Amino acid sequence: MKILTEHIDVPQIETLAVYKKNGGYKAVEKALKKMTPDEVTEEVKKSGLRGRGGAGFPMGMKWSFLAKPEGVPRYLVCNADESEPGTFKDHYLMWKSPHTLIEGMIVSSYALGANTSYIYVRGELMYVISILEKAIQEAYDQGLLGKNILGSGYDLDLFVQPGGGAYICGEETALLESLEGKRGNPRNKPPFPAVKGVWQCPTVVNNVESIAATSWIVNNGGDAYAAIGVGRSTGTKLISASGHIKKPGVYEIPLGITVEEFIYSDEWCGGIRDGHKLKAVVAGGSSVPILPADMILTTATGEKRLMTYESLSDGGFVSGTMLGSGGFIVMDETTCIVHNTLTFARFYHHESCGQCSPCREGTGWMDKVIHRIEHGKGRREDIDLLVDVAKKIEGNTICPLGDAAAWPVAAAIRHFRDEFEWHIEHPELATKEGAVYMRPGASWAQ
Amino acid sequence: MKVTIDNITVEVEPGTTIMQAARQIGPEIAPPAMCYYEPLKGSGGKCRACLVKVTQGSEKDPRPMPKLVPACITAVQEGMVVENTVNESVLETRKGIVEFLLLNHPLDCPVCDQAGECHLQDFSFEHGVSTTRTAEERNTFEPTDLGPNIQLHMNRCVLCYRCVYTADQITDGRVHGVMYRGDHAEISTYIEKAIDNDFSGNVIDVCPVGALTDKTYRFKSRVWFSKPVEAHCSCEKCTGNVTLWYKGDEVIRVTGRKNEWGEVMEFICNTCRFDRKKTSDWVIEGPTKVARHSVISANKYGANLIKPAFPIAQAARDYKLIDDDRDRSFLHEPAKIEAKK
Ligand SMILES: Cc1cc2nc3c(=O)[nH]c(=O)nc-3n(C[C@H](O)[C@H](O)[C@H](O)COP(=O)(O)O)c2cc1C
Ligand code: SF4
Ligand code: SF4
Ligand code: FES
Repeated sequence: MKILTEHIDVPQIETLAVYKKNGGYKAVEKALKKMTPDEVTEEVKKSGLRGRGGAGFPMGMKWSFLAKPEGVPRYLVCNADESEPGTFKDHYLMWKSPHTLIEGMIVSSYALGANTSYIYVRGELMYVISILEKAIQEAYDQGLLGKNILGSGYDLDLFVQPGGGAYICGEETALLESLEGKRGNPRNKPPFPAVKGVWQCPTVVNNVESIAATSWIVNNGGDAYAAIGVGRSTGTKLISASGHIKKPGVYEIPLGITVEEFIYSDEWCGGIRDGHKLKAVVAGGSSVPILPADMILTTATGEKRLMTYESLSDGGFVSGTMLGSGGFIVMDETTCIVHNTLTFARFYHHESCGQCSPCREGTGWMDKVIHRIEHGKGRREDIDLLVDVAKKIEGNTICPLGDAAAWPVAAAIRHFRDEFEWHIEHPELATKEGAVYMRPGASWAQ
Repeated sequence: MKVTIDNITVEVEPGTTIMQAARQIGPEIAPPAMCYYEPLKGSGGKCRACLVKVTQGSEKDPRPMPKLVPACITAVQEGMVVENTVNESVLETRKGIVEFLLLNHPLDCPVCDQAGECHLQDFSFEHGVSTTRTAEERNTFEPTDLGPNIQLHMNRCVLCYRCVYTADQITDGRVHGVMYRGDHAEISTYIEKAIDNDFSGNVIDVCPVGALTDKTYRFKSRVWFSKPVEAHCSCEKCTGNVTLWYKGDEVIRVTGRKNEWGEVMEFICNTCRFDRKKTSDWVIEGPTKVARHSVISANKYGANLIKPAFPIAQAARDYKLIDDDRDRSFLHEPAKIEAKK
């Protein structure tokens, strides 16, 4: 079942003509001419679609929180900043089929009553920005954007804003600051964007994938969308799979397939590269807890883990993780977890905006300590120190980047403590080129 | 509106923050503030020194708030119950905040002009621990001059953004204050451009640490050797209400007047601050009231002399060596501990 990527490999799908030939912009026609904004919102609510940017917040509910004071403009902002290590799905969708996003933007803006909307694109993706701008121009030329769209009386202007070149600009309030032309510092909440967003007006911020899915929902109905998936994880999800698998890439999966199937089936990742075996998975982008092979395949209660919000987080922080933004990073037994944790810690150290002290100082501290451990200068007390620093950051910061920096470190130590200890106790072995710790009894062979 | 903080209930106006309500009760209850500065719009919420526990959100919705909240920017609700000094997790978190703020701090208090009136000193003394867990090298920056009268020691900065808001709000034009990110963020030299403004000197007063200091005062005295006196003049640019800092007969420094929370009550102009350094420039009102705990008051005003509550000789006689095994180590050789009889 493909919703977003059904026609993605059709040649020239990036042009409006080909996109239309493949059923494109029907949702705009239907929504603007036959439905009221509230009816569109109602379908999105029914669909059970949850935000695809990481937090998984129900999209219909988020829309219904939007304040609607008289005479104050409202805005829809598409979060296309996608900078999380391991996540590259939005990029793929926008680059291959820009009109999928633009159609979703028109439908969603209509539902929210926004007459100006923005797509905030990660600054490094200049070529995607020009693809989008070209597609937007085509849509204007065809009367799908601008004044009185398709004669419906509804006006919408759509702008593309190149990002500030920082991971933190993906956090929704930092994004709004950056969009306003300021330094991308996250805001303290409340007030939430639904009340005071861009230009101090009510604003909805949604991920590319969330917005793109709305056109299908308008065409086929919320119930049809909700019929895909399991429980509260409805619909399909783009997963960007990377690492030691046979077929890395972006896959659109129906939520609810098993993790095992996703990794090993030929339809998806095609299994671990030859001669190696699964060691660990980071299931939802660098911010979510890492899980060892046995725990990612089965839950603590012995059930097969599914690719759903609920199943992946089953067991909480002790034995679970999160679906996050769908950045699925697979590691085989040649991966050094300490090294991997260092890579993540360095990233968050580099990307912290520096406003609040726990994150600003804590991310740097963790980076330096893990760096020492990796380079054979670890002290025994460092491991508990790292856990304590992570705890002192978590929950005490302005934005969730603090948590996102703390979790990967705390989880790596929780599940691979012996590997950290080995680095500290045997620096002469651990610092050898390519050295990887192996648990007693483990073997390299499949 | 009723709000209860550490079991003390006060009546406050709607829109009051937890911090303001706590300050109404008194300094024993008020959470520490390293970034919040009431006169500056938008300040607060950054340092996280003031995190408190809300155990009851309001009368209507009595659920506790899941995370600790910054007291300085969280508005009270009718019937809210807050725990500050009585909550273990609040105090533990605060220890962590001290540790974070000191992590890259140079601890150069012996050569820092701010020592004695530094909020970071007070904060770490009151809320921190005396040991350190870090073995890492500190981040360092070179000191820079921001115009002729102000020096920036970025090493000491806690990135409270107070100077940024000051430059933004009381000097003309938009000023971008911070460059770079994270622990490599710096107060930017763009401020240098705002620094020939008539009110730029106020960034010195708002800085909680010795990151922004007055070059005309540099190394002239330790603050506790000088004597603060309230004075005013008729100034065409500001209200002219200031504090003069005397060493002997010499005015060595001029600052704005601060309230008991260390906040400037009226911003003063650069002429008053940097150029009026003669007693004859001023009408003297009298000695500044200095909080009793401040080192500035020590040994200066008779009434403020600190008298110990018990005779010192007696205390020496009563002193007992305590059998203390707290510093034993688990990681190295385990010390053998005798069973107590
Ligand atoms: C540090 C940080 C980075 C983020 N980066 C992104 C991002 O690149 N793209 C995105 O869609 N959401 C990102 N988010 C999540 C957004 O804040 C926000 O929750 C999301 O855009 C909401 O859209 P959704 O409800 O459609 O998921 C980030 C959050 C944080 C804390
Ligand atoms: S948690 Fe980190 S990134 Fe977020 S506001 Fe604080 S310092 Fe900035
Ligand atoms: S220089 Fe001082 S006032 Fe400015 S941010 Fe740093 S500590 Fe705060
Ligand atoms: S004083 Fe409240 S966060 Fe700094």
